[in-house]
Amino acid sequence: MAVLLDGNTRLIVQGLTGREGTFHAKQAAAYGTTVVGGVTPGKGGTTHEGWPIFDTVAAAVKDTGANASVIFVPPPFAADAVMEAADAGIGLVVCITEGIPTADMLRAVTFLRGRSTRLVGPNCPGVISPGKGKAGIIPHAICREGRIGIVSKSGTLTYEAIHQLTRLGMGQTTCIGIGGDPLIGTTFVDALELFQADPDTQAVIMIGEIGGSAEEEAAAFITQRFTKPVVGFIAGQTAPPGRRMGHAGAIISGGAGTASEKMAALEGAGVRVVRSPADMGVAMQQLL
Amino acid sequence: MALKIHEYQAKSVLARFGVPVPRGEVVFSPDDARGAASRLGTPVVVVKAQIHAGGRGKGGGVKRAKSPDEAAALASQMLGMTLVTHQTGPDGRKVGRVLIEQGVDIARELYLSVLIDRAVEAPVVIASAAGGMDIEEVAASTPEQILRATIDPGIGVVPFQARRLAFGMGLDGSQAAKFSTLLAAIYRAFIETDASLIEINPLIVTKDGSLLALDAKVTFDDNALYRHADLKEFRDLDEEDPLEVEASQFSLNYIRLDGNIGCMVNGAGLAMATMDIIKLAGGEPANFLDVGGGANAEQIKNAFRILMADTNVKAVLINIFGGILRCDVLAQGVIAAVKDLGVPVPIVIRMEGTNVNEGKRMLSESGLNFTTADSMGEAAERVVALAGGR
Repeated sequence: MAVLLDGNTRLIVQGLTGREGTFHAKQAAAYGTTVVGGVTPGKGGTTHEGWPIFDTVAAAVKDTGANASVIFVPPPFAADAVMEAADAGIGLVVCITEGIPTADMLRAVTFLRGRSTRLVGPNCPGVISPGKGKAGIIPHAICREGRIGIVSKSGTLTYEAIHQLTRLGMGQTTCIGIGGDPLIGTTFVDALELFQADPDTQAVIMIGEIGGSAEEEAAAFITQRFTKPVVGFIAGQTAPPGRRMGHAGAIISGGAGTASEKMAALEGAGVRVVRSPADMGVAMQQLL
Repeated sequence: MALKIHEYQAKSVLARFGVPVPRGEVVFSPDDARGAASRLGTPVVVVKAQIHAGGRGKGGGVKRAKSPDEAAALASQMLGMTLVTHQTGPDGRKVGRVLIEQGVDIARELYLSVLIDRAVEAPVVIASAAGGMDIEEVAASTPEQILRATIDPGIGVVPFQARRLAFGMGLDGSQAAKFSTLLAAIYRAFIETDASLIEINPLIVTKDGSLLALDAKVTFDDNALYRHADLKEFRDLDEEDPLEVEASQFSLNYIRLDGNIGCMVNGAGLAMATMDIIKLAGGEPANFLDVGGGANAEQIKNAFRILMADTNVKAVLINIFGGILRCDVLAQGVIAAVKDLGVPVPIVIRMEGTNVNEGKRMLSESGLNFTTADSMGEAAERVVALAGGR
């Protein structure tokens, strides 16, 4: 078992015909993911690298039985792509696109309310279940099948955590990059719920960032309902206040959302919080 | 990221949507200040330094003048001065323009803002009767003075929400009606301009009972600027660090800091974590630099040039986890940069991920003197030692 992706996943790529879409569709297929086609409005009926291309997600679903989608379309069209996938009944939508206007995402998250579609991202590296498949851009060569779940706001820090675990001989069930934007689909709490319900996930690494209150909400959830060991790291402990560090979410101003507040909240929930990002793997090894 | 603009620009945007603001003009010289003050014709005018930071009043950047000559004299003091406030940092900001505005009689000072509340994934209006103060302090010391209304983005502000806020701040019936109109205008401005924040502090009630946005702070979502050519014009490059401006032209996310260890990293989270680990090792980062996921060799070279333009840098740490960005591309860019620019400080490189072996081979065969490290921890220890820290 794993979460989000398994042997039944049938993936389409929205934006398959673009450079990034093509590259990562091939990577995912090479890793054993069942990629069934792509969506590029205006190119329906053609094929690209052997995959059928559709004008709409609905047509792709009808023809291929797709149940998951990964989105590589440019920022002005990405929120629209998310809503189209949800409307077509896709169960898992992973949006890689970086730089989507917040107002567009506001429409998308409002649209998703009350629908059963799960969105991961945007502005994230996506999801990988080692040995089963991937939807996104996480380099699979560093992964190894195993029993640790990872959930992270940061892309390259996710890779760092995977690498540390794999080096120490600990594999992963599923790694989820949730993205650092102000408005996202799957949150820390959502991901923890999935890992709690997955019997194969033994423990979790959670990587947060300054800004917002998602880490504090995760801490409350862990206290109440999460029973597996968690190692936590918060990036931005030394970031100067009031400056935005790349991710729209990573801003601290005033007293809200600082690293020390988040670390204290997680420690209060029994999470093993490491100060150094180099210690995530070792801390997990000690915990198990 | 967000585009910051000046107060007078923010007021011009709000006025476009029908928000009442004081009459005023921005000027760049004392003579123009005199002219603007006499055109306003009010017994008192206010001279306000325009910089991208709050707390200007306490720093001496907001003063009242009783004549056009006095306005000119005050403008002459302010223009060119370095204004230090709690938001500028110790170096302060140089004042290049001042706003000359009509003086108004203030009966009450309120607070009003609109922003996105991530927790509920919707816009939120925050209002308070305790205007004119630091709102974060108000929230901390007297949270009952903070009123909130969550807006359904599909519906917009419903009149009862405006009334509840208005009466909650102690406005009377006729003022509450004016507040409803004003809030509707501000919300419309927020949505239609892709603002990330609109903050009116203070929103004043004048002695004759009307409402006026006496100060205004507006920031816009950078990701949405492609559809607002008019707002892009508001960018004031004098308010930004020249290196940060240059970096932005190459799609590099660079923020200058006070330390002496230059950092080049891919990904914002890893970049912050790299700063954290440098500090844990006893050093001080000179900057935050995220070269992004898809950097090419040319961008790496530009990143290096910008990094090295900060003369405080005594050593450099490159920490790359190659996903889309391949380690061989990184190595190629770094080697080219060092050969071209003749980088005079030690460089520690830690890289991992896609094509790492090829990248390492290129570095070792380059004949250049790089220090390599296998982990983040080791890299941080080495660069701190090389920078002469600890």
